[in-house]
Amino acid sequence: MPRTTELSKPEIRPEKMKIILATDCGSTTSKARFFKKLGKEYRFVASGEAPTTVEAPFEDVTLGVRNAIREVEELTGHKLLAPHGVITPSRGEKEGVDLYVTTSSAGGGLQMMVAGVVKTMTAESAERAALGAGAIVMDVMAVDDGRRPHEKIGRIRHLRPDMILMAGGTDGGTVKHVVETAELIDAAKPKPRLGVDFELPIVFAGNKEARIPIQRILDKTFALKIVDNIRPVLELENTDPARNVIHELFMEHVMSHAPGYDNLMKWTQIPIMPTPAAEGKMFRTIAETYNANVIGVGLGGATTNVYSMYEKKFVRTVSANLGMSYSICNVLKETGTKNIIRWIPFDIEEENLRNHLYNKMIRPTTIPQSVEDLVVEHAVAREALRLGFEHHKLLARPLRGVQRRRTIADIFEQRAFEETYIDMLHVDWLAGTGGLLSHAPRRAQSALMLIDGFQPEGVTKLAQDSVFMMPHLGVLSTVHPKAALEIFEKDCLVRIGVCIAPRGVGKEGEEVMKVVVSMPDNSVLEEQVDFGSMKKIPLKEGEKAEVEIFPFRGGDIGRGSGKRRRVVVEGGVVGIILDARGRPLVLPDNNNERKQKLIEWFRFLDAYPERLYEICCR
Amino acid sequence: MSSQVYTPGLKRKASTKVRKTRRLPIRGKVLVKKGDNVKADTIVARTFIPGDVHVVNISGLLGIDAWETSEYMVKREGEEVKEEEPIAMIKSFFGLFKRYAFAPASGTVERISDITGQVLIRESQIPLEVDAYIPGKVVETLSNEGATIETPAAFIQGIFGIGGERKGKLMMIAENPNEVLTAKQLESKCNGRILVGGALVTSDALQKAVKVGAKGIVVGGIDDQDLTSFLGYQIGIAITGEEDIPLTLIITEGFGEMGMSEKTFSLLREFDGKYASINGATQIRAGVMRPEIVIPRPELTEKIGDSEEKKKFLEQGLSPGTPIRIIRKPYFGALGVVSKLPIPLQTIETESDVRVLEAELADGKRVIVPRANVEIIEE
Repeated sequence: MPRTTELSKPEIRPEKMKIILATDCGSTTSKARFFKKLGKEYRFVASGEAPTTVEAPFEDVTLGVRNAIREVEELTGHKLLAPHGVITPSRGEKEGVDLYVTTSSAGGGLQMMVAGVVKTMTAESAERAALGAGAIVMDVMAVDDGRRPHEKIGRIRHLRPDMILMAGGTDGGTVKHVVETAELIDAAKPKPRLGVDFELPIVFAGNKEARIPIQRILDKTFALKIVDNIRPVLELENTDPARNVIHELFMEHVMSHAPGYDNLMKWTQIPIMPTPAAEGKMFRTIAETYNANVIGVGLGGATTNVYSMYEKKFVRTVSANLGMSYSICNVLKETGTKNIIRWIPFDIEEENLRNHLYNKMIRPTTIPQSVEDLVVEHAVAREALRLGFEHHKLLARPLRGVQRRRTIADIFEQRAFEETYIDMLHVDWLAGTGGLLSHAPRRAQSALMLIDGFQPEGVTKLAQDSVFMMPHLGVLSTVHPKAALEIFEKDCLVRIGVCIAPRGVGKEGEEVMKVVVSMPDNSVLEEQVDFGSMKKIPLKEGEKAEVEIFPFRGGDIGRGSGKRRRVVVEGGVVGIILDARGRPLVLPDNNNERKQKLIEWFRFLDAYPERLYEICCR
Repeated sequence: MSSQVYTPGLKRKASTKVRKTRRLPIRGKVLVKKGDNVKADTIVARTFIPGDVHVVNISGLLGIDAWETSEYMVKREGEEVKEEEPIAMIKSFFGLFKRYAFAPASGTVERISDITGQVLIRESQIPLEVDAYIPGKVVETLSNEGATIETPAAFIQGIFGIGGERKGKLMMIAENPNEVLTAKQLESKCNGRILVGGALVTSDALQKAVKVGAKGIVVGGIDDQDLTSFLGYQIGIAITGEEDIPLTLIITEGFGEMGMSEKTFSLLREFDGKYASINGATQIRAGVMRPEIVIPRPELTEKIGDSEEKKKFLEQGLSPGTPIRIIRKPYFGALGVVSKLPIPLQTIETESDVRVLEAELADGKRVIVPRANVEIIEE
């Protein structure tokens, strides 16, 4: 029987914890973050990174974790490792830790298949629940998905997921369709991805009337868990019970079969958490702390995770196969060469670009050494972010099957219920994490990637994870919220600044916006911005300024077309970014004009070293 | 001071002990025993996977309620049926009219559902066999799962491949590692052979290789467009090996025209005409494998490297004097040795602060590169 980690673990007493170590086993890199209580508050001290070693020839995740921790030891002189694992509890100031926690997305993370009855109703709710638990959803099956039963059976067999989530039917409704799905799953007899002998976990979160027949069909062959219905009535989506049991099963059935995880589970004092679940916790923290609408993104090596907390609704999506190392060629495949090249300000042959990205895919742990290489990766990142957000918007939409009355505003705005409820004009924060964003040498680079990928409208605060520690703090917050929040505020959340961008498009060179900024030193700045350009007004982190924005010619800044808006903004490492490039953002068709524009924007934000512009002028 | 922060290099060994665990995907019967000598095509384990399933909507076909399904079945759960045989029947109008539901395939009635009105017919089991892949000795059997085969061999890993396991004799086509493999060089004598090229294989050469019946191609590089046109689709994730293609392709260096490393090329040349087992399967994520060329060398009797040696090597990591290869621009492909491993982070051209190493290249030049951008040459 697989072992749960909660057993035989010592009691955790947050007030006693002074030295904390957290790791994240990413698909590409294992990252160690070292925290300490300095005086009265918890702070980040040092970090170490090393390639993840789930894969051959190592096939033991703890080797990579040890290597990353050893980097921390080298940098701090604090002894953390013993032959048996991480030293706990601490012994004095220079040895051991009081708490060790970890997250993981290595080895493919948590790969799930979900099934429901109606594609846009229970199947979609099941997908949201699985994604909410930090899973990669390999397929969504529904009675009305257009596939014939034998095709579905073939697909289930082929997938070999880590787990299946089955939903379907409201409580007391018809049981026929959900039982039909169970029969197909049973007929396919899918085998789990890891471990020959263990039973594939299936979570049933559908019509409670169907529990007995479902048990009869699935209980013998699978590790069946039954939880409350995900859609007990059409008007309600209840994903928490399914999500919680997915986390439990992830530990018991999946992690315990991945190479080296049996050992890693012994090292940690609390269960290993899927990285997207931990990351999501911290984006929720931003939304709750600042009472704001937040969009967050974790741009990883294999996946792009997008999180939204919009009008108190939290949605997390994991776009499997959109990432910056293992999946970089899938971004290329999804978006096409031209869409990547459009973000590169120098000439590059399509063939060279493709070969370059394929070489990154097969050697995923390498990093750009030249500035051209860096710009190419940033171009791919913009597309990964854009595609990840497109995917997210498909799930961040109102519940289907619920009768609604259209309001006058809906009619005037021609808003369809199929569309996302996220209105970029009302997004207060846009925040990013993940290796590429956190390690961007200049914060202006991540600002531009976030802006180009998400195209925020109105007034949007930009933030990012300083050195990639949001997953670490997410898992830490489950046992020590105080420490997690203190470190998050002081050392993790880097305020990049604020982006002011009117919705609408104009003509090149046409004046589209005027801003009047009352600076902290009481000076008043007035800036006019023409269509197609960007400007930057420096405003340091911790400083505030009052900004009055006058959009022209139908531009909307959040108060209606052409209406002015007055707002107090906070500064950041980049400052106030005035973006008058239009929403939606369209780049010039002419190649030379496009390159000129990119250089102009990069220069306005001082985003790249001078050497880039020399290369562009060659 | 050594560092473990590095990318493991590709293996290129003239003599090593190669062990292959041949495992069934589900439990079955192991057909060999410890100590047996096996050929590459010896079947070492066999199992049966459940046959395909056909779903018949009985209630819909007969116009009955789902809960009545069992009542109208003429075949019961567990009974065998033949294709086109009636499995359910309804009589109407005092038995004058009969309507049937027929079995879509031969098999067994697996389930009759009075909830959904569906019946599942399962075709007979499909045998699944695993061969030895390499000739050698069975050193271990895994109860109901498979066996481990061991042989002394030359062992070369590629960086990326497509196509699964294949066996054949190696045949050098290129005369040097920088040569481009073209269609003109391939003739009927390449039939059944694993062809070794130089820096690139062209699209025409790939087609010709298929035409002449080659089993595989080992080459330095390929243009991504040629790979896409050969496969018929674009690869997005490096998880390969299941492609339905007539030959296995192994790339040793990367995408684009890339001279095959001297070491790899000379090793392959040394074994020109020898029998090899190759596998293009590549998984850079989740499980992970690189494509490989195994050239069995039964003539080797002396003690050769074992897993302990490998473990020691891996633990040793990077240290001054470690032979390395740079695997990213601007020094992509350059060989050298580690000369220094500075501990503090250093700022590189991108302005990133990263851990670097100083390498002395083969021409004596000293360069600074991120540690992440080198691989150790394991020889």
